[in-house]
Amino acid sequence: MNELRAQLQEWRVAIERRLPPWWPRALAVLLIAFGLVLPQLFSPTNNFINTEILALTYVMFALGLNIVVGFAGLLDLGYVAFFALGSYAFGWLGSGWFYKAHVHVLVHGPTGTLPGIHLNFLLILICAGLFTAFAGAIIGVPTLRLRGDYIAIVTLAFGEIIRVFALQGPALKIFGMPLTGGELGISGTDPPYLPGVGMFSQLNIRPWYYTIFVLVLITLFVNVRVRDSRLGRAWIALREDEVAAVSMGIPLVRTKLLAYALGAAFGGIAGAFLGAYTTLIDAGEFQFGFSIFVLAMVILGGLGSIWGVVVGALLLANINYYLIPDVFNSLPGDLGLNFNLTDLQVSIFGFLLVIVMVLRPQGLIPERRRKLELTEGIGESELEEPGTSWAGVEPGEVVQ
Amino acid sequence: MEARSLASSTAPSVGRKVLFEIRRAAGKWGLVALLLAFPVYFAAHDLFIGYGGFANGHATRVHDLTYLGTNIVQGISNGAIWALIAIGYTLVYGIIELINFAHGDVFMIGSFTGVSIWTGIGLGLATSTLGLVVGLPLALLVCMIVCGALNVLIERVGYRPLRGAPRLAPLITAVGFSFILQNVGLLWRGGSTVGVSDLVRENKTVVQISGVVIHRADVLSVAVTIPLVILLGWFVSRTRQGRAMRATAQDPEAARLMGINVDWTISLTFMIGGALAGAAGLVYALYETTIWYLQGFEAGLIAFTAAVMGGIGNLRGAVLGGLIIGCIQQTIDARVGPQWTPFFVFGLLIVVLVLRPQGLLGEETREAG
Repeated sequence: MNELRAQLQEWRVAIERRLPPWWPRALAVLLIAFGLVLPQLFSPTNNFINTEILALTYVMFALGLNIVVGFAGLLDLGYVAFFALGSYAFGWLGSGWFYKAHVHVLVHGPTGTLPGIHLNFLLILICAGLFTAFAGAIIGVPTLRLRGDYIAIVTLAFGEIIRVFALQGPALKIFGMPLTGGELGISGTDPPYLPGVGMFSQLNIRPWYYTIFVLVLITLFVNVRVRDSRLGRAWIALREDEVAAVSMGIPLVRTKLLAYALGAAFGGIAGAFLGAYTTLIDAGEFQFGFSIFVLAMVILGGLGSIWGVVVGALLLANINYYLIPDVFNSLPGDLGLNFNLTDLQVSIFGFLLVIVMVLRPQGLIPERRRKLELTEGIGESELEEPGTSWAGVEPGEVVQ
Repeated sequence: MEARSLASSTAPSVGRKVLFEIRRAAGKWGLVALLLAFPVYFAAHDLFIGYGGFANGHATRVHDLTYLGTNIVQGISNGAIWALIAIGYTLVYGIIELINFAHGDVFMIGSFTGVSIWTGIGLGLATSTLGLVVGLPLALLVCMIVCGALNVLIERVGYRPLRGAPRLAPLITAVGFSFILQNVGLLWRGGSTVGVSDLVRENKTVVQISGVVIHRADVLSVAVTIPLVILLGWFVSRTRQGRAMRATAQDPEAARLMGINVDWTISLTFMIGGALAGAAGLVYALYETTIWYLQGFEAGLIAFTAAVMGGIGNLRGAVLGGLIIGCIQQTIDARVGPQWTPFFVFGLLIVVLVLRPQGLLGEETREAG
């Protein structure tokens, strides 16, 4: 096993040496081009493209969570809260839900005369981002004094509280109108309209695909720029050693809250997009399992590693929404067994998590900076030791 | 944290001093005051405003504490079950600092196993008291062994290879095992709640103390929990293995140097935690008379809240936290509506962590500092 690993490592280094220095950029351009061409290869309502839209939304969720968990080292188990709030922001601002109001901003076609609040799709995305950023900062406040697993518990509790409000929304009235649709959901949301594209519909899902594709590219750009900025370095410093970072003059409150806010904003925008795409904002979706699903993407990909997180999210979303239910579902039947693979979906997923974590605890594509930190001054043989520290824990401390 | 308190002490001002004092007092007494506020408010409400009840055969408003007493009795018996599960969380967290997400599902497997065993050995509604007295402890024992073994297996496969890995890695394997167990439960008994035969006639009155009815279920859960907790307390504080557990929890490296078999000790901890979850599972099945495959998730969150509230890593804290959460849960269930219970339980959890991160009985830890 170790010999095999060493061999692989050798090969990787050899390959990396032979490639020209601009290969990552070339690869990125190639991947973007591939992403742009992909929907054209399938019919406009193809199920695979539908899955990819979901997968890209999850990439956005995972990148948002990566800011909080990966960069700043604040374990957030209540990320579903921002999915919920983003979705509701869309439901409130882009449907006839608040039927007593008559607000129309830059909307097109018949939506312009309907009762309710109707904002332009892009405006809603921005509002959802701002709203969830604010909520993220508020949720962050009680965790400021805490570290490590305690942060996880507080965020988990917030996630569950928001779910209770989402479920009990019909009983809560604002100006005599129910707050949420509960388990029936908010339906009849406005189809987004973009100039030059027209009205989005379920008959042609390509515009949806391109919208989320562009959103993901923006998210990636922001992530890379923020990671390499002063703020990103402050997050990493806080992650590695809070006391040292604070005594070096890093403003603790602002830096942490900004991590929560930015991570939440991306979650909120992705949530608003998902709400628009599914046209139903249903409280039953906002479960703890979602937070875990996104966290699994981040950890599987490699904490703090932007490209790792993208790979992890695409992989898990495709396994969960495409490979298991659509591609391999009839496999046991073909082998003469009388069950479907979807019966085992949850345990296959769980099993994958266990296997991958046991074999590769640092994630598929670990962050380079962490790898460097770990291997600095240690012999080559230590390179493959899975010893990355997780923030909130003193470096060098290990789970025993 | 140290840096901030240092900064505040080098630049003293009256306002800051007052703020600091208020914060210290809030940290010390705020939580206790908050917890006392619940019963005091409801007692005052019942006494002065009254609640709807029956007297002499017609509906009327009653002004006494019977309702609150019923809430508390049911809360204690329900809380006893949460306490058993919370001990599992607190033991595991105390020794390897891992939130064992699979624990709630081990409890669920305990319920399922318990029901299968008692139907397997032929216990049913027609069984005599003697049959139950012999059969149920047997089922309890098997449940505890099965769940203990399951928990040890999970530790062996999922957590032991990850000692020394990033801290989040075992958390994810724990989630993975939680999913696997849920799927097992789903395939075992289907996706909806399953009614099980009410062996002990849980609603039968045992005794009535000034209007507060104590049912058989209440007696059962407390009667199972108390001996187990006492036994565990004795084990941890008095025996050689218990001392090894405490030593490992304090400093695994030093414990290893002192000749303690750390791996074995951790396995033992998981076995005890699993066994208690198994016992809780069987009691839960008798107590609620319904089981379903997601019961472990909810119970896990509640029990975990209990463990944190009591002070994670502290056995007595876990029991106290379980009882308190049970009381709050039953009171809110009865008075506000069960759909709002998670809001109160988790809201309280946040308040606990803000006011007193180390929990009611816990000591200051590095993490909560």
